[in-house]
Amino acid sequence: MDLSQLDLRLIGVWFNNMLAGAGLAPGIISLINWVVGALLLLIFALTLAIALIWIERKLAARLQDRLGPNRVGPYGLLQMVADVLKLLTKEDITPLEADRVTYNLAPALAVFQVMMAMAVIPFANGVIGADVNIGVLYLMAIGSVGAMAALMAGWSSNNKYALVGGFRVVAQLLSYEIPLVMAMLIPVLVAGTMRMNGLAEAQGGWFGLGWYVWTLPTAFLIFFIAALAEGERAPFDLLEAESEIVAGFNIEYSGMKFAWFYLAFFLNSWVLAAVGATIFLGGWQGPFVAQIPALGVIYFIAKTLLLFFIQAWVRATFPRLRIDQMMSFCWKVLVPMALLLFIAVAVTLKLGLPQPVQGVALLGLNLVILLATLALVSRAQKRSVGAGKRAFAPELPRL
Amino acid sequence: MAQQALFLIMAVFTLGMALGTVTSRNIFHSALFLVGSFAGVAVIYFLLEAEFVGVAQIIIYIGAIATLIIFAIMLSRSVTGQNGSPMNRQWAFAALGAALLFAALAWLFSRVDFGSTAQPVPEDAIALIGAGLVTEYVIPFEVASILLLVALVGAILIARERHS
Repeated sequence: MDLSQLDLRLIGVWFNNMLAGAGLAPGIISLINWVVGALLLLIFALTLAIALIWIERKLAARLQDRLGPNRVGPYGLLQMVADVLKLLTKEDITPLEADRVTYNLAPALAVFQVMMAMAVIPFANGVIGADVNIGVLYLMAIGSVGAMAALMAGWSSNNKYALVGGFRVVAQLLSYEIPLVMAMLIPVLVAGTMRMNGLAEAQGGWFGLGWYVWTLPTAFLIFFIAALAEGERAPFDLLEAESEIVAGFNIEYSGMKFAWFYLAFFLNSWVLAAVGATIFLGGWQGPFVAQIPALGVIYFIAKTLLLFFIQAWVRATFPRLRIDQMMSFCWKVLVPMALLLFIAVAVTLKLGLPQPVQGVALLGLNLVILLATLALVSRAQKRSVGAGKRAFAPELPRL
Repeated sequence: MAQQALFLIMAVFTLGMALGTVTSRNIFHSALFLVGSFAGVAVIYFLLEAEFVGVAQIIIYIGAIATLIIFAIMLSRSVTGQNGSPMNRQWAFAALGAALLFAALAWLFSRVDFGSTAQPVPEDAIALIGAGLVTEYVIPFEVASILLLVALVGAILIARERHS
């Protein structure tokens, strides 16, 4: 058997030929293709969410010296199935004073936003929902809808904790969107395209040396930190801080509606990991992918799960930041750093250096900016500790 | 044919949402209707194959402006929302003014030649827009960015803590 025939795109070709053979009009065929593609993504997402929740729970448990789910099925693998069944049979409670339509619309909008983002994720070369030429821009646009869902949930629940959660969502998501977008635009500058598949394609090269994470490590770091905040994950999970606002914007939601927010949360983490894997870790690129295109899916899923693993690791390890710390970190560190890096990379690309020299120059630039930022932050930290008590600073015992 | 049907559906949706914005008794609902109306306009841009404008519409209008409006409402009104009537005694005059404005705009649009051609939309429109912004339209682009910068600095100046 010819291994180059192992290509997921061929399934699409076969499917199209079959439909054309049945004598359907081209318009109907593309309609069927869209519907089937959307359904496939939906099923993939729902199955993936179950796996992600299991991974996260098991991992957090092991990192905290617990066992985690271990009763239902081998290694607790069926725990999520049991949980979903439980959530499905739970009573659906709507607060009496809630704004009904908005209240019911919010969880749907949250999942809608994540599912829409999945449309531009390339799973393998050419295996992508819609390879639009504004892929990165599209992701930004869809991402900005997420804050709306949380705001709607927070307001319509008619609960002060939910409302505070909603405020925090807007403050956090809008602020961290800026470094996230700036970091995403830097690989776009280098690759010269906003197509998601084009970005993955541009990172070919000898044994993964073409990945942008090697030449643009600072951009990747900014992206990853901002993605943690965008994904509402610890140490940036202030919008669901149990000790302060009980559960945040989704406090009044129960049963399946809560499950939708839960689903949106995990899928959002995965989508951010997938975007990071596509634009910094080479997406579906890997050894022998040119000979056996189907390997791309395995590489891609492995890379996304690696990033998801690091996200879960950080979540299980770090304590939560205060809101003022989080905001000043974004505006005083990440945004200036991302802007500086963006301008520096743009200028370097204009110099027209030959390929390997350009890569080394970009790497050097990234490291200089990273080290300079670290030096500045540590100096400012020392000064602020020396300046005495801050507005919210707790009384620390003198050692 | 299918495109025409989609356009009609989206036009009715957009207008319905716009109507909801001005007639809703709850100001938060008005804001949400406005978001729906913005989304409808974005879909119409997509139907016209103006992807960049459509995405920009979502980023700027839904992601920034509508969120800001909702945030302002949430901060300034009681959580339950005040269900006051959006009408006052001058509603008839306002309606007349709006109708006159609509008539004037409709007349204007029917007169102006927008120079539309039958050419297909270029394949890589986004690259053309990007190149245009830094070559032919660089001065308006820079002027707009300076305007935004001034607004940003002004906002920071107003919001700054004063130590006195």
